[in-house]
Amino acid sequence: MSTPLPLLERLRAWAAHHAYVFFSSLGRLCRQPLSSALTIAVLAVALALPAGFGLLLTNVRHFAGDWQGAGRLTVYLRPEARRDQAEALAAALRDDARIASVTLIDKDQALAEFKRASGFGAALDALPDNPLPHALVLEPAPTAAADPAALEALRDALTARPEVELVQLDLDWLQRLLALLDLAQRGVRLIGVLLGLAVLLIVGNTIRLDIQARADEIRVTKLIGATDAFIRRPFLYTGFWYGLFGALGAAAVLAAAWWLLRAPLGRLLALYTGLPEPLGPDAALLGRLLALGIGQGIAGAALAVGRHLKAIEPR
Amino acid sequence: MLRFERVGKRYPGGRDALSDISFELPAGAMAFLTGHSGAGKSTLLKLIAAIERPSRGALIVGGVNVARLPARRIPALRRRIGLIFQDHQLLPDRTVFDNVALPLVIAGYRRRELARRVRAALDKVGLLDKERVYPQTLSGGEQQRVGIARAVVHRPPLLLADEPTGNLDPDLSRDIMNLFCAFNQVGVTVLIATHDLALIERLPYPRLVLRQGRLVDNPLAVS
Ligand SMILES: Nc1ncnc2c1ncn2[C@@H]1O[C@H](COP(=O)(O)OP(=O)(O)OP(=O)(O)O)[C@@H](O)[C@H]1O
Ligand SMILES: [Mg+2]
Repeated sequence: MSTPLPLLERLRAWAAHHAYVFFSSLGRLCRQPLSSALTIAVLAVALALPAGFGLLLTNVRHFAGDWQGAGRLTVYLRPEARRDQAEALAAALRDDARIASVTLIDKDQALAEFKRASGFGAALDALPDNPLPHALVLEPAPTAAADPAALEALRDALTARPEVELVQLDLDWLQRLLALLDLAQRGVRLIGVLLGLAVLLIVGNTIRLDIQARADEIRVTKLIGATDAFIRRPFLYTGFWYGLFGALGAAAVLAAAWWLLRAPLGRLLALYTGLPEPLGPDAALLGRLLALGIGQGIAGAALAVGRHLKAIEPR
Repeated sequence: MLRFERVGKRYPGGRDALSDISFELPAGAMAFLTGHSGAGKSTLLKLIAAIERPSRGALIVGGVNVARLPARRIPALRRRIGLIFQDHQLLPDRTVFDNVALPLVIAGYRRRELARRVRAALDKVGLLDKERVYPQTLSGGEQQRVGIARAVVHRPPLLLADEPTGNLDPDLSRDIMNLFCAFNQVGVTVLIATHDLALIERLPYPRLVLRQGRLVDNPLAVS
């Protein structure tokens, strides 16, 4: 008579069956190459879109942070401040971690420059003293540059110094850009959620059709005493494969787009000296795509299996 | 092994397909179930395998009341029953070997032991040379024998057959009936639904006769 197998033996068989279903579900996909490829292509596009937008946004942020003159501060000293005071302040600021570079603009040098550039040479010669103060131009460090609050704090600290008359900080455009980027980030997230949902539904629907096509087989295996887990297994693995190939397809789409855009982007960036290298798709992005694709693939399959397997009972 | 206690079955929206069925089939016994078309033979077998659930009464299979069995325990029940259908219920996209192996795969047998048992079962039904072919390429009688091999490969203590000789010629029918007798001789409890009275006439097994869902001849009545 039928004797139950020992636990270890059953565990081995369970693992072997997983391995078997792992490959046989792949084989099943390969036996319908056209419809599988179409599904995978749709999944790849749905996964590549949010990833591509995200990458674009990361780059814009990356450039905004490093933009020459982003959040540049101009410190005007009081007219009576002397050259050595200006140099002392410049030296002190060079040690500040928030500041990348300090340029001292001497008031005599500034006046000479202004005379030459403005053409008011004679009129200015009539002045008894140089009306211009010494000035310092500060380039904030990249971390501070992307953070308007930090720049404002820096401005206030400098204004409080006795030898400083005025600190000019043009933050408006930076703040607008960052607000815009925030909005774009939310938009990308929303698109990501919607397309993630689309992946779930695409896989779910594909698996639903698969379940319907295999209804007879499911009925027979249930008659023979297969558990729900046993019957579910090939469909969940099919969802896994769809997710995996969809993610790899998305990675290929992004890599191709990157390869096409890289040269013209490089030429464009060369026009702006000092801009950093653009960021392409990397291993972390591939990892996120795989996790998302496989997760949604299995979840979509589980959804379809949960809804449709119960309805198929032997008659 | 098998006991019906005042079992009734009414399909949703229908009249009673079975009413007041009580009998007992001891372990190791063999019996036939006969009756006109629509008498309830298939329904009775389906109740045993929990393909349908009884509306009334208790149905004990191997000590378990199937009438109250929760859905999650049905697979374990079915693994202790070998089921044979008139329409074979083979999977067309798998070879004869893989069809017969299915109950062992479900039970978790490993490759070597599995292959040994599949070949033993195919040998018993005389189809050892067909293990690589697909079911559609076989004759009706051969397909029926593949179904029988699949039903016995995991050596279930109870074998149920619904019209196993349905549309086979008399010689083949007799071969298949002899197979069931052989299984019974090694201790398997067997219940066969058939309307082929000529075939079972000469066989020394009790006959349950159904008419309109009632047992009109019951040699296995519970004492
Ligand atoms: N799924 C169902 N829904 C409703 N009524 C059903 C269902 N299955 C069977 N019946 C009814 O139950 C009664 C018994 O049917 P059953 O299939 O058990 O008969 P049977 O003895 O196997 O007949 P046959 O010899 O023709 O196979 C019949 O009146 C049939 O119409
Ligand atoms: Mg019938």
